[in-house]
Amino acid sequence: MPEPIQAERPQEDRTKSERAQSDRPMIEIRDVTRSYGAFKALDDATLTIREGEFFSLLGPSGCGKTTLLRMIAGFDNPTNGSISVGGQSMEGIPANRRPTNMVFQSYAIFPHLNVEQNVAYGLKRLKLGATEEKRRVEEALAQVSLIGLGKRLATELSGGQRQRVALARALVMRPKVLLLDEPLSALDKKLREQMQVELRRLQQAVGITFVLVTHDQYEALAMSDRIAVMFGGKIAQVASPKEIYQRPVNRQVADFLGGMNFVKAEIVEENAASLVVDTLGFGRVRTDKPKAFVRNGGGATLGIRPERLRVLWDNATAKFEVAGKVVERHYFGEITHLIVEIPGLEKPLSVTETNDFGADDIPVGTPIRLAYDPEALVAMAD
Amino acid sequence: MTAMRRFFAGGWLTAYAFLYIVFLYLPVIFLPIFSINTAPTPKFPLTGYTLKWYQDLPKTPALLEAAWNSLIVGVSASVLATLLGILAARSITRYRYPGRRTINGLIMAPLVLPEIILAISMLLVMLQLGLSLSLFTVVLGHVLICIPYSMTVLTAGFEGFDRSLEEASADLGESAFGTFRRVTLPMVAPAIISSLLVCFTISLDEFVIAFFLTGTETTLPIYIWGQLRFAAKLPGVLALGTLLLLASFVLMTVAEVLRRRAARRTQNEGGLYA
Repeated sequence: MPEPIQAERPQEDRTKSERAQSDRPMIEIRDVTRSYGAFKALDDATLTIREGEFFSLLGPSGCGKTTLLRMIAGFDNPTNGSISVGGQSMEGIPANRRPTNMVFQSYAIFPHLNVEQNVAYGLKRLKLGATEEKRRVEEALAQVSLIGLGKRLATELSGGQRQRVALARALVMRPKVLLLDEPLSALDKKLREQMQVELRRLQQAVGITFVLVTHDQYEALAMSDRIAVMFGGKIAQVASPKEIYQRPVNRQVADFLGGMNFVKAEIVEENAASLVVDTLGFGRVRTDKPKAFVRNGGGATLGIRPERLRVLWDNATAKFEVAGKVVERHYFGEITHLIVEIPGLEKPLSVTETNDFGADDIPVGTPIRLAYDPEALVAMAD
Repeated sequence: MTAMRRFFAGGWLTAYAFLYIVFLYLPVIFLPIFSINTAPTPKFPLTGYTLKWYQDLPKTPALLEAAWNSLIVGVSASVLATLLGILAARSITRYRYPGRRTINGLIMAPLVLPEIILAISMLLVMLQLGLSLSLFTVVLGHVLICIPYSMTVLTAGFEGFDRSLEEASADLGESAFGTFRRVTLPMVAPAIISSLLVCFTISLDEFVIAFFLTGTETTLPIYIWGQLRFAAKLPGVLALGTLLLLASFVLMTVAEVLRRRAARRTQNEGGLYA
């Protein structure tokens, strides 16, 4: 009898990124501050970006992510602190002599040049000879699937094509680091999702360190090896996408990365690896302690993502469950959002349920029980 | 109802537009018409067709000298005004600083100041400075009135110039000078040429300031003014006037085409991501 084909459930730590990278640092940012008068656009940031890594700087506008990227590129200089790329200090080195290349948010395609001339722009100074230059340009155009469009003018290109030209123009220089400043924000949703996959694939093919600036959490989660989440000029957390999503260090990070239910908690016990908290809805819970957890009095917050709460149908039971009543229902096509009031909780829980079992038909007012995995509960600083 | 509306829209408005154009251009049309008339007095009916007034022009040394003077003044004034205009327009469009709008307003002011007042004030200043009146003083005067035109053309060309284009060039390894040569200059060249042409045209047919500020040398408009005192010279003036008119028209058309091309080039870039 043939054995049934079945995906094995991964056993090891699922928060680890699956791709092994080199541990050699490529970019080292040490205590970097950038002030404009009294305002600190970047406040004492320290960060190491590894060789061959796809790294994202994620945060809302004004969080300092673009300032940091522009300082790596050499368009801006730190007020304090140091930046080194490939082991070499960047202090006093202007943008045109740094081993970095940038894809600009506006793409900055030279409008008076055609696609080939744009891509060859930086090569001209290297004096490679016509044959070698042509070969490199064609190689770069092939990498971004723009073969045959070399003679087009920038004004004759679509948004997606301009983006590819900007990529090719930077990649052709074979930089140590490719910097991307919100490269997908001007594209429509469908093209953006397609380009996310392509960018990731391209990065793995060329093996260059990519540093992406974005305010779109899904973009960062989908493409990155590691993410630095930034708020108000400070780096709040640096971790793999899974860890950032599942073990956010504080409420701000948790909130920025998508929907999260927050429950007030009291710390009962704290040690190096774990926290024990008391909550009203979920009782006494032991959770892993986030790496950068900083205790702020006796209070903390317990969080659970809406998709980690499952509706218990009929007489099904679970080891861990909470009971309540549906107060709102919102239909989103493939999923339904339920708002469930739990006795004792100051705020109702938000639940995301697939529509396979009829969550889209649950009447408002129905008593309901929700199952959860205690692993999905995360304690964090307020 | 619709018919009536069409009558008003099509009929009256067309007639109005037609009259408007006639009012603007009828006087100008007489110039070329009488310049090819055989009679020396500009009167209807026309007596016959001739090109002799045109043929006589190159035979007048005073006229050639005036034309040469005008060329020198026009070229110098347009180059100087455009150079100063480039600096000012770059500052106005690129940087944000207190007093930016006021400075812009002050630079544009000569456009609306009475020319005769400007001319008299400049004359007083020049004399106070001990400058002897010459073509040089005329050039200074023309620079003053050309700068607002130069600014208008250049700010349109510079506005929307995406700063990241220059950053991209630096990022790709180019030096500051190389960036200026390979990116900035080609991008703004149409606007600069357009400014040169506009300034030259303004200078070419400017009379009041040239009249006040020149010494013994005459420019073309001053030459024409001098000729008007002799009735017999009128046809030659008409012929010369026609040529000047034609030159201005051609220069301004080229300038406008270039200005639009420059604006389109820079705005295409910025507009898509606005």
